[in-house]
Amino acid sequence: MCHQTVSLVARHLEAAGIPTVIIGSGRDIVEECGVPRFLFVDFPLGNPCGKPWDVAMQYDIVGGALELLERAWLPRTTVQRPEVWARDEADALWRRRFMQITDENREKLAQAGEARRREQAEQRQKKAAGA
Amino acid sequence: MKPGISHRSFVSYIDKSREYYQAQGYERPYRWARYEEVPFAPLSKPLSQCRVGVVTTADQGPASAPRATKLYTAANAEGGKLFTEKSWDREATHTDDPETYLPLARLAEHVEAGHIGSLNPRFYGVPTDYSQRLTIEQDAPQIEAWMREDGVDVAILVPL
Repeated sequence: MCHQTVSLVARHLEAAGIPTVIIGSGRDIVEECGVPRFLFVDFPLGNPCGKPWDVAMQYDIVGGALELLERAWLPRTTVQRPEVWARDEADALWRRRFMQITDENREKLAQAGEARRREQAEQRQKKAAGA
Repeated sequence: MKPGISHRSFVSYIDKSREYYQAQGYERPYRWARYEEVPFAPLSKPLSQCRVGVVTTADQGPASAPRATKLYTAANAEGGKLFTEKSWDREATHTDDPETYLPLARLAEHVEAGHIGSLNPRFYGVPTDYSQRLTIEQDAPQIEAWMREDGVDVAILVPL
């Protein structure tokens, strides 16, 4: 959702004449929305500007965003950074594990959804009673 | 070369979140923003003369804080004290190093190197919202107004 929010803000700023660049890891959300310049860092969500405490990598990624600002000549320009989060199985793991649905958690997810909807309904009732 | 693949390797967060919420019993999927036309503003002067402003989705307070507090500006010195209660990947990483999502120190180094003119002394926080209308009609114009006040020439936006 954060990726959609900044994409919408970037579009507004750009239409107002302020050039923008997004540094992000949620490629589909940004590209479907449609933004002028997107620096794609293929990492788990949370660290788009580089790995924690890796100052050299962070400097390079931010430098990449600056270069993209300066050199893009068309909207919808995506540049993918060469940095990788992990290799082989470790790389496949973080991609697979985020919001994963398995036979083990399927029942739990359904129950969590039920509980949340019940809670929301109760809150609505309370609000209506208080109003 | 790596072995070939049968699915795209980049994570599709649109697909993942739709399936995840479906598994929780939410039948109507969220409608993500999608535009055909994309605006484009070229740089009006060299980057080495530009003032850079940064937009973050990290918050000044906890997730439960009122929405109004999530559209804010703060001095760069406050950048290390933000709340990051968003749906980033808690199993794979952490947000203990603010430079990984709000790279103010790295940008200051690029100022020193002469790559950009200056870093704006304050940054901008935008609320993450399911409501695209609120982002478009309320938040984005306010951020633009703050940037104009500050003389910001170019913007870097970083989602968590």
